[in-house]
Amino acid sequence: MIEVRNLVKKYKDNIVLNDISIDISDGEMFSVMGPSGCGKSTFIKCLVRLVEPDGGKIIVDGKNILDGLNEFELAKSRRKFGYLFQGGALFDSLNVMENICFGLKYLTDIDPSKYERIAKEKLSLVGLHNVEELEISELSGGMKKRVSLARVIATEPKYILYDEPTTGLDPVISETISGLILDMQKKLDITSIVVTHDLKLAFSVSDRIAMLHSGKFDFVGTPDDFKKSDNSIVKSFINDSVLDGNNYKKDYKYPKN
Amino acid sequence: MKYFSHRLGHNFIQLVNTIGKVSYMLKSVTVWLFKSRLEYEEIMKQAVRIGFDSLIVVCLVNFFTGMVLALQTGYSSKNLFNEPLYIGTIVGFSIIKELAPVLTCIVVAGRAGAAVTAEIGTMKVTEQLDALHALGTNPTRYLLIPRYIAFMITIPILTVFADFVGISGGFIVSVVKLGVPSTVYWNDVFTFMEISSFMHGFLKTLFFAFIIATVSCYKGLEISGGAEGVRKATTESVVTSMVLVLVLDYFISAAFVLVGII
Repeated sequence: MIEVRNLVKKYKDNIVLNDISIDISDGEMFSVMGPSGCGKSTFIKCLVRLVEPDGGKIIVDGKNILDGLNEFELAKSRRKFGYLFQGGALFDSLNVMENICFGLKYLTDIDPSKYERIAKEKLSLVGLHNVEELEISELSGGMKKRVSLARVIATEPKYILYDEPTTGLDPVISETISGLILDMQKKLDITSIVVTHDLKLAFSVSDRIAMLHSGKFDFVGTPDDFKKSDNSIVKSFINDSVLDGNNYKKDYKYPKN
Repeated sequence: MKYFSHRLGHNFIQLVNTIGKVSYMLKSVTVWLFKSRLEYEEIMKQAVRIGFDSLIVVCLVNFFTGMVLALQTGYSSKNLFNEPLYIGTIVGFSIIKELAPVLTCIVVAGRAGAAVTAEIGTMKVTEQLDALHALGTNPTRYLLIPRYIAFMITIPILTVFADFVGISGGFIVSVVKLGVPSTVYWNDVFTFMEISSFMHGFLKTLFFAFIIATVSCYKGLEISGGAEGVRKATTESVVTSMVLVLVLDYFISAAFVLVGII
């Protein structure tokens, strides 16, 4: 279980996360929505301390990861997480197979002779076959996301953080990625946090959706509650008004960065 | 005046900030060096990129430096003494103690140092460094330590090659162009040469290698702002490494003289 308590993150004078508290239960699929630049990615980066919070507590399985962990303890706590980066963040000096085996090689005691079998198994879970020897530069955007997902699940993390998993992909591939995320959830029983501004994705995969606005979760509820919500920010987001600049824009305060 | 003092203060704060960050990086390198197993495969890969791939350029630069040194020394000596005297001695000492170590390091800083900065910087810009962190490993272990070790091993070895090639360049000009008998040239090289003369140049390269590794890795880790950031950091990396090598060359040489490594 992840418990976030009074989380604060500032960039100079700009408060991006302002006293956020939320509990994410084991096995839950939790989505964080909000317009670009509102701090969604900062929120999940704080959960693995890729971004250092300025205050608060992040309690993962009963242990506050912001409290006096040294480099090695922090690395150990990060191994509970898998992180799917927006651009995939695949290591371009390694091929597909080496990318997937990277975590196995450095983080596990698994016999190296089993790497190939595990890599093929994870690639087939994300719907890819016979790509093991390809270089990263030979992959399309959708394939990169899927290989990245295969790398994430190779080490069997307890939690997966998805940072804009469908951004920059065409609708068909986006649909495939949504399906994969749901599939992972069912097959591997993983706790997932999805950061997105893709409503379709959030509605199709989430148990709960949170709306991040002005550094706070303005709304937290099920997808149905989200659709029916009277909250002006949620409504404007659903109507695309925030992005289009219609009805609700005059009430909407964009974050400074 | 106000602008000047503002700039001075700003630069001072930046300098202190940089020293702090470099110290933190060096601490991290030291800690992970002793607490994690070495990545021999990655070290070999880097050693080939940094050392082997620089070998031809290093040899070429030092060969012609040896040649021009012999040429200039020979004709100056002819003008002064009517014959080319002690060409081998001058070429030998100059190459072994100064030119080979410094030129080798400048070539490696320009070739491999820039490449290391660009590679690490691009990894940072494309979130590959964050991916290493998120996987629960550490960029220090996987990226920095293999590069530090590769620089520290290959630069001294390259310098030994550079010594040999530079003196050989001098030999060719002395014999072919200046008409110095080959036995005289080699006698001149080895008569006054001692092991400490060789060690003077060789040991310096360990310091230089450390400086180049530190500058190129640090500049790569500090990159921000995409392609423009990579361009800027790569240039800064090469310039800083070269300037530090040339400036510290004097102080390290002076320190070696003090302790008797002449």
